Amino acid sequence: MTAVTESAETGSAPASERPVGYGRLKRKEDPRFVRGKGHYVDDVQLPGMLHGAVLRSPLAHARIVSIDTSAAESHPKVRAVITGAALEGLGLAWMPTLSMDTQAVLATDKVRFQGQEVAFVVAEDHYAARDALELIDVEYEPLPPVINARHALDADAPVIRDDLEGRTDNHIFDWEAGDKAATDEVFARADVVVTQEMLYPRVHPAPLETCGCVADMDPVDGKLTLWETTQAPHAHRTLYAMVAGLPEQKIRVISPDIGGGFGNKVGIYPGYVCAVVGSILTKKPVKWVEDRSENLMSTSFARDYHMRGEIAATREGKILGVRVKVLADHGAFNGTAQPTKYPAGFFHIFTGSYDIEAAHCQVTGVYTNKAPGGVAYACSFRVTEAVYLVERLVDCLADELGQDPAELRMRNLLRPEQFPYENKTGWEYDSGDYPATLRKALDLAGYDTLRREQAERRARGELMGIGLSFFTETVGAGPRKHMDILGLGMADGCELRVHPTGKAVVRLSVQSQGQGHETTFAQIVAEELGIPPEDIEVVHGDTDQTPFGLGTYGSRSTPVSGAAAAVVARKVRDKARIIAGAMLEVTPEDLEWEKGRWFVKGDPGTARTIQEIALAAHGALELPEGVEGHLEATTVYNPPNLTFPYGAYLCVVDVDPGTGEVKVRRFVAVDDCGTRINPMIIEGQVHGGLADGVGMALMEIISFDEDGNCLSGSFMDYLVPTALETPAWELGNTVTPSPHHPIGAKGVGESATVGSPAAVVNAVMDAIGVRHADMPLTPGRVWQAMHGGVEPPQ
Amino acid sequence: MTVRSYGFGAIALEAAVQVPATFEYRRASSVEDALALLERFGEEARVIAGGHSLLPMMKLRLARPEFLVDINDLHELDYLRLEGGELLIGALTRHRTLLESELVGRLFPIFHDAERVIADPPVRNRGTIGGSLCQADPAEDLSAVCTAVRAVAVILGPGGRRSVPMQEFYRGPYETAVGAGELLVEIRVPVRPNAGSAYRKVERKTGDWAVAAAGGALSLADDGRIGWAGIGLAAVSTSLAGYRRVEEALVGREPTDELFTEAGRIAAEDCDPLSDLRGTEEYKRHLAGELTHRALTLAAERARAAGGTGGKDA
Repeated sequence: MTAVTESAETGSAPASERPVGYGRLKRKEDPRFVRGKGHYVDDVQLPGMLHGAVLRSPLAHARIVSIDTSAAESHPKVRAVITGAALEGLGLAWMPTLSMDTQAVLATDKVRFQGQEVAFVVAEDHYAARDALELIDVEYEPLPPVINARHALDADAPVIRDDLEGRTDNHIFDWEAGDKAATDEVFARADVVVTQEMLYPRVHPAPLETCGCVADMDPVDGKLTLWETTQAPHAHRTLYAMVAGLPEQKIRVISPDIGGGFGNKVGIYPGYVCAVVGSILTKKPVKWVEDRSENLMSTSFARDYHMRGEIAATREGKILGVRVKVLADHGAFNGTAQPTKYPAGFFHIFTGSYDIEAAHCQVTGVYTNKAPGGVAYACSFRVTEAVYLVERLVDCLADELGQDPAELRMRNLLRPEQFPYENKTGWEYDSGDYPATLRKALDLAGYDTLRREQAERRARGELMGIGLSFFTETVGAGPRKHMDILGLGMADGCELRVHPTGKAVVRLSVQSQGQGHETTFAQIVAEELGIPPEDIEVVHGDTDQTPFGLGTYGSRSTPVSGAAAAVVARKVRDKARIIAGAMLEVTPEDLEWEKGRWFVKGDPGTARTIQEIALAAHGALELPEGVEGHLEATTVYNPPNLTFPYGAYLCVVDVDPGTGEVKVRRFVAVDDCGTRINPMIIEGQVHGGLADGVGMALMEIISFDEDGNCLSGSFMDYLVPTALETPAWELGNTVTPSPHHPIGAKGVGESATVGSPAAVVNAVMDAIGVRHADMPLTPGRVWQAMHGGVEPPQ
Repeated sequence: MTVRSYGFGAIALEAAVQVPATFEYRRASSVEDALALLERFGEEARVIAGGHSLLPMMKLRLARPEFLVDINDLHELDYLRLEGGELLIGALTRHRTLLESELVGRLFPIFHDAERVIADPPVRNRGTIGGSLCQADPAEDLSAVCTAVRAVAVILGPGGRRSVPMQEFYRGPYETAVGAGELLVEIRVPVRPNAGSAYRKVERKTGDWAVAAAGGALSLADDGRIGWAGIGLAAVSTSLAGYRRVEEALVGREPTDELFTEAGRIAAEDCDPLSDLRGTEEYKRHLAGELTHRALTLAAERARAAGGTGGKDA
């Protein structure tokens, strides 16, 4: 790894020099992971536990004629076989999706995608459950499937959702943002308009750990404990209460160590519901963990946006407007996870980082016979699609105008004095110095030198490409009045308790799937209170032990819960000031804070440390009137606005002219995520996101044949990059704190995933001299693009 | 030949996936023991060595052997040695052993070229040459390599010992000359003087099966012309033996760039690829030509570098 950083962020310091607050600190959670002592859902073992397995549809679209479970039921190790008909009796055959649609838990009438859940077997062991699936006899009457979203709205297209009353087509929604008339006017007077069709293919989060749960319904006290691979344990608990009619206090959702989420673990899957039902029926704990094929074929995908983008500019290269039409393939059930008001997520940030006059987008969502889900995979609610669109369009414009793409971007970037900036589709960008960040990336890469090298190589017949992308993210949803999921406002709670000995426990509503919450949140509290991070226990992922909140996705942990942690620590600090005043017999106003202690103004030697104050708060000290004992506080943070991290990325590729193979030679990433809490964790997040981006650009796609067979149901066909496909990342950063955030932090979890694919694709197009080819840029697709053009992938 | 790329998961779904069906397992203690077990269990038995192809197929229930005969204890089949002008490779020789062998690299650099791009280190640590050849995946690298170098497979069975040239060993996707009750025990590769060989593969990512790959081997006569040539392509045909026209076009000619371009052109004509997720038929045909050209170019360079000694010290 090559880390180029502004400050002296080098390595992790020895114990005595570890930061009490922000700075490089090795992750507190890593010792258990590197020693194989993590505790994941599949590690949960309970006495008498049974095992579930899901029978799935082999067809994309078919009517269920009959289901015969008798042979499976007579398997000696089978305890229960559950079908849609059985669930219907419980009112559980259908469940709401995160987008207010309904989704079959187990199919009753039809199957609507290959891999859909049809029956659930509970058996004494994992093997017997799988064997018994083969004994279930389902008779299907095949129906013509809708696979290509572009034909979903054809007059003669089969209606997929005939379960919905009055439904006569596959249309889900139309949604628009921006000013259509103003945009049309700008386009009418522009010197140059460039139009480009592009597909952001269906991809999959593919976390290392697949989804699963252990459901344990206590038949005596009626309490359901559910260990679940979830990014949002509290939201899940509330939904189970609403849907299944279980009292909320009798549900405990535990999200233990989670092996990657990327949006894949936001929603509720039929397997979870079936495991709960299985536990109720058998009065035993039931474990269900899907396998890799099930994960790839049935759980939340991402993207699948068919986009037609247009960019208008003057002949000199001043961008005037952007216009886009999107056809969004949502699969068989509209199960995308995003704030209710925004059926296309935050796609309307497609104006990107540029100072333009007008913009308009229109998004149409359709059903197809493919797996449901949508918005997932580190995309910040569709910002990935938006950034890809605008950053490809800018390169297409540069190509049209014959201008250098770096110069074109520099000419059009928002200027620092324009912040806070109201963009043309309703966002208020909080802060930024975009030109400085782009300049830094160009300098780190040695842009001019690279262009000279490229010219020399071209003269020798070698194909080298340089690709840029400048992205603006929008993360940290709420505010709650604008943003909710199924009516649950996007705000997050936090509780902090300082123990008598000055150690602390902080309880979060968000949950880590690998982001390093146990370290970052300890550092946030440490920065505010001066208690060393190792003295602060971070509790998360258990609804019985943590305050309510909406969970970890959309890069919202630090912007929302991180703010809550800082605010709650400041509440504790304020209380500590009153107690310190009582200890020192001065008024609180006479005290001044220095990290870790309150001291008397003008007399720094007279002070009480936070640890001394904590002991006094629990001790015999006579507290001032109205001050309760102990040292703790709670808060709920409702963000006033989103935060807008941004960055400039530059990718260098070499393309083999004879085979079309792409080698990513260099990747420079300069990120600005505001205040940097733990640079090492930020770098890890960026590394992972960049690898994701290279994967999507070059190899990842969930493909289907014309019958709706998923062709990407294993890691042999769904390709994720390895260390060998990725270069040594070259990182840099600028720091522009968010003005409205308590600690100025903006969130960084998805920045690199959002920003990097366009840089890679731009580099490949630059290398081969083609205006556009759709991802994934596999050797074959690149070669075809070089020889007459390549069709969008299926 | 598209079985590997089409609907693995789809097949898996229908078959209740990723837990194998019930099977019995025996660990052979000697070659004789293995043969006895294979004879006893007959058609329903499969030999398992590295297991990196067979076990995934069993977990997906694409393969449902009733009996597994484990030959990992048969260390007598794990060897590399020169004997009588041939390189003898025991069937249980691991990929890693081939990759790390100085002898193999010197005599047949084509093996090292291929081994570097076969799967990943954990697979190479366990996988064996015998397993690779018997799996007979049409995209399998060592089958193409062994075809190019004219290897001969030695098979033991109830009827005794027989030798089968690679072109006849490979009978089509997942089918070989090894019959029920038989065991592949050795691969013999003839060592030629003034020889060079090379393997070139295009894959979508490290460890992937080939989109297309080509192996070329040749030896130079005293006058600098090509005295002998062998070609093997992977992933572009259901046959390994279809490149005789390429070989005939090479023999007796000067090893020039034009000749190798011509060889590539013929290889592209004579292969029979199918469009799939790895690439279109057109692209694979192009690769067959391009990679044949590249492999032969490198093989010729290596033959020249080997000079008069390549293989003579064998």
